[in-house]
Amino acid sequence: MSTAERLKAAAELFPDEVVTTAHVRHLELPAGGGRFALITLDNGLDHTKPTTFGPRSLGELDAALDRVTAEAERGEIVAVGLTGKPFIFAVGADLKGVELLRHRDDALAIGRGGHDVFRRFAELPVPSFAYYNGAALGGGVEVGLHCTYRTIAAQSPAFALPEVFLGLVPGWGGCTLLPNLIGAERALKVIIENSLSQNRMLKAPKVHELGITDAIFDSADFLEQSLHWTSAVLRGELTVQRPEVDRGEAWDRAVAAARAFADGKVHGAAPAAYRALDIVAAAKNGDVAAGFAAEDEALADLIMGGELRSGIYAFNLVQKRAKRPVGAPDRSLARPVTKVGVVGAGLMASQLALLFARRLEVPVVLTDIDQARVDKGVGHVHEQIDMLLLKGRVGQDQANRLKALVTGSLDKATAFADADFVIEAVFEEMGVKQQVFAELEAVVPEHAILATNTSSLSVTEMASRLAHPERVVGFHFFNPVAVLPLLEIVRAEQTDDASLATAFAVSKKLKKTSVLVKDAPAFVVNRILTRFMGSVLGSIDEGTDIATADRALAPLGLPMSPIQLLELVGPAVAHHVAGTLHAAFPDRFAVSPNLTRVVTAGKRAFYVHDSGRPELDPEVLALFETGDAALTEEQVRDRALEAIAEEIGLMLEEGVVAAAEDIDLCLITGAGWPFHLGGITPYLDRSGVSERVLGRRLLAPGVADVPA
Amino acid sequence: MPRTVREVVFVDGVRTPFGKAGPKGIYHETRADDMVVKCIRELLRRNPGLPPERIEEVAVAATTQIGDQGLTLGRTAAILAGLPTSVPGYSIDRMCAGAMTAVTSTAGAIAFGAADVAVAGGVEHMGRHPMGEGVDPNPRFVSEKLVDESALFMGMTAENLHDRFPHLTRARADAYAARSQEKAAKAYADGRIQPDLVPISVRRTQSESGETGWGLATADEPMRPGTTPEQLAGLKTPFRPHGRVTAGNAAGLNDGATASLIAAEDVARELELPVRMRLVSYAFAGVEPEVMGVGPVPATEKALARAGLSIGDIGLLEVNEAFAVQVLALLDHYGIADDDPRVNQYGGAIAFGHPLASSGVRLMTQLARQFEQQPDVRYGLTTMCVGFGMGGTVIWENPHWEGK
Repeated sequence: MSTAERLKAAAELFPDEVVTTAHVRHLELPAGGGRFALITLDNGLDHTKPTTFGPRSLGELDAALDRVTAEAERGEIVAVGLTGKPFIFAVGADLKGVELLRHRDDALAIGRGGHDVFRRFAELPVPSFAYYNGAALGGGVEVGLHCTYRTIAAQSPAFALPEVFLGLVPGWGGCTLLPNLIGAERALKVIIENSLSQNRMLKAPKVHELGITDAIFDSADFLEQSLHWTSAVLRGELTVQRPEVDRGEAWDRAVAAARAFADGKVHGAAPAAYRALDIVAAAKNGDVAAGFAAEDEALADLIMGGELRSGIYAFNLVQKRAKRPVGAPDRSLARPVTKVGVVGAGLMASQLALLFARRLEVPVVLTDIDQARVDKGVGHVHEQIDMLLLKGRVGQDQANRLKALVTGSLDKATAFADADFVIEAVFEEMGVKQQVFAELEAVVPEHAILATNTSSLSVTEMASRLAHPERVVGFHFFNPVAVLPLLEIVRAEQTDDASLATAFAVSKKLKKTSVLVKDAPAFVVNRILTRFMGSVLGSIDEGTDIATADRALAPLGLPMSPIQLLELVGPAVAHHVAGTLHAAFPDRFAVSPNLTRVVTAGKRAFYVHDSGRPELDPEVLALFETGDAALTEEQVRDRALEAIAEEIGLMLEEGVVAAAEDIDLCLITGAGWPFHLGGITPYLDRSGVSERVLGRRLLAPGVADVPA
Repeated sequence: MPRTVREVVFVDGVRTPFGKAGPKGIYHETRADDMVVKCIRELLRRNPGLPPERIEEVAVAATTQIGDQGLTLGRTAAILAGLPTSVPGYSIDRMCAGAMTAVTSTAGAIAFGAADVAVAGGVEHMGRHPMGEGVDPNPRFVSEKLVDESALFMGMTAENLHDRFPHLTRARADAYAARSQEKAAKAYADGRIQPDLVPISVRRTQSESGETGWGLATADEPMRPGTTPEQLAGLKTPFRPHGRVTAGNAAGLNDGATASLIAAEDVARELELPVRMRLVSYAFAGVEPEVMGVGPVPATEKALARAGLSIGDIGLLEVNEAFAVQVLALLDHYGIADDDPRVNQYGGAIAFGHPLASSGVRLMTQLARQFEQQPDVRYGLTTMCVGFGMGGTVIWENPHWEGK
């Protein structure tokens, strides 16, 4: 099948593609450089709709290459260039097209189609030049790698190979060409390390420093200077020099180091990184054709695998669903928030005060029961602002502004008399919180929102004694507040639309991912984690040794093991939440007697690190009283996953969230659960757990897996 | 406080290729501010010895200061060009003599000692901002007959000029115009123009106007080499039935930008910047708005008088060709032949185009090249007519002059 035929067949599978046109325009290079054909990739939309490659787009580029190849063969042009529309070079394969693929042959065709088109830039009878004028991701980066030379705009904000992050490999030449251009170590930094570090992007100077580009020019006249440089190269006035790539042991060492890095991130649980590593390892011999063939196979396998489909599903959740929270009232109902109150001046309260001040840029007043606590809280915020200043994250003027915004007071009546939004972060006990709200209601303006950062108490009950319970909302952050994006927004029974809309508006300004949840015990993340943890602790209580139980979930590639998670949350907090959930659902949530003993003994950790590696603390071990029913890792894992599936099934029946997608969004953004699991429900579906436990899938077929 | 007036020099000048205004023009999808910004950046690249922070003023002219030609363009262009925030800037409007006024204003500041180095230039994107966009002339102009209505339409003022000087016929204007095209073509062939052009990347999204995608403007779009007086004789006279002014013997509607570096001579020497021309004198003068094309006459008289020179001392003239008749009026005044070789050696605006407020610096850049080539010439002048009845003239001395 010819390239054109292959792409045409692929295009039929994807009728809704936003097509990127490859415009060919001719120009005279400066300084007598000769006649030049410049290809512009442009999907005809503005920069908010970045240019992508689907099958028809590849066909367009193929046709453009037909033209310039013929011109080059006839000696009509001296070289060919490639650039993008304003602010965007190209951001890679169109994922919507990938989601639609059902057969491995079609997936294979996409890989080959990309290669067949892109490699033509290397096979032209004249040199080719890629001008990375703006955002270049994935296939966008790769098409440039096929060119003879590359330049980059110095202010270009985003350059990355995010494939591994999603569950793919840079399979249109990236895995093969990049290490051959800049060496394995640098290439793997881009392909593996950045990709697996929350999809870290490179800024242009770094791209240039890595040797990916041959020249860097300011964006202000980037194309002009690139063409000027092109002319100088073509006329022999400039010689491009690239350092020799080390194909010795350094190559193997780099691959081994990147493999260790991948292990640390995905724990062998997702295949993409390892497929990329295998191709990079093999690329050492410089055999480009073999590399491309390996890329095709890897792409086809991964596209037909659940991990990638989960990855795309997860990507869409955080990119799209997170921006339009399902169930949020019309945003026009939101009231302005010009001053914020924080009750409590502890660590959590201080984190909240800093976040509100930074993002809303309005006065934030902390209150507590005595001056010493208030001073400590405000002092802590001011220290954090100084840290931001020191790191260059804010300037001196902004630091002054933020410090002036955050103040403390013992006098709630005065401090909150003109507050529009007051959040409490006091001790997690219903009576205390109710009393705080009662006090607040007496002093705040009528329109003020009263928010609670409770992690497990009933917001409805907390509001129940107020004259105006309709203005109470749950505003549940995740620790550390500055790192985890999730904010569970809880609608209590009487919460009205205006208050809820205000809460969502505030969340948006705080740059949080908000999910609307029902006022149900422990909401979403804590309920699932507690159920999961309860299952693992139950296995231990019954007689499985701690190390075995703690290893049991490793094949999932979760960010931390159950015990590490327990230590992060703090045994006391975990114990408290377990108690709350046990009270609500005694059948499913137990309070581990061993956990109780650990908390009573005041232990905060299970592992000690004295020897340099984590070892179970003998003092903790001594506290444990267990049965003799030892489970295997697999049994522990099955039990834990079944518990999670059951709980999610019940939560959906109870209407805790609008859909299973929201549960996944919560787990990804609030617990850091990985993309390759799609949060968790895609994994529960594809591993058959949900079918086994609930007798049904949690997501419809095709939503996060290969469509039937 | 003791004060010495300092010599002011023209260090360097560049411009974009000029384009035809309108949907088919090369710059139809290019912003005006970007064009002037790219000129400023090119000046900095060409003069690496100049630390950007030594620039103390950025004066940018535009006639229609709206949109991408508004927002105090001198200041915003400085920021967009990447100059340090310490460098101030301002906008200037004297219609066609905008860039010329940017040069004389900054030169005045430098001579006075208020600055050492300045960027002076202009831009006019007549496609994005047609002449007269957003104007609101005071009704008193008409009710009190302060000016004739024709004063607002430059083509009509050119017809008025033909009326005033009946011996300046259409045939002479057409012959002059054809020569301008011929000289411009030769100047291109000799490579006199290209060294001072800043290539501009241009985007086109509409295929009716040609190939789409990004391209590069490297040459003036309006040029019509090979134009003959016979061809010109057949053109319509849009401003008056059976008139004399045509699209062929006038500059068109154009898009373009220019920028120059103006410095105190001692500072230029200290920084080892080139000294291409030394400012001798300048003058602006007013005439009746209905015959604005005669403006260069009193302006030149005044500038010569202030310099203690006579027209006989002037070896080279760069006269803006808004209309052929307006050049002829100046030459006629001084008894200079229509085809005198001292005048517009590289051709003029009839060939290259006249993006209003940018043109003054084009004249200077071309005069500077001619000075370099002709060290036997000591003095030259740049002059132009200005809307609403004005003229401006700047007299320059050739630093390469070998005489005594």
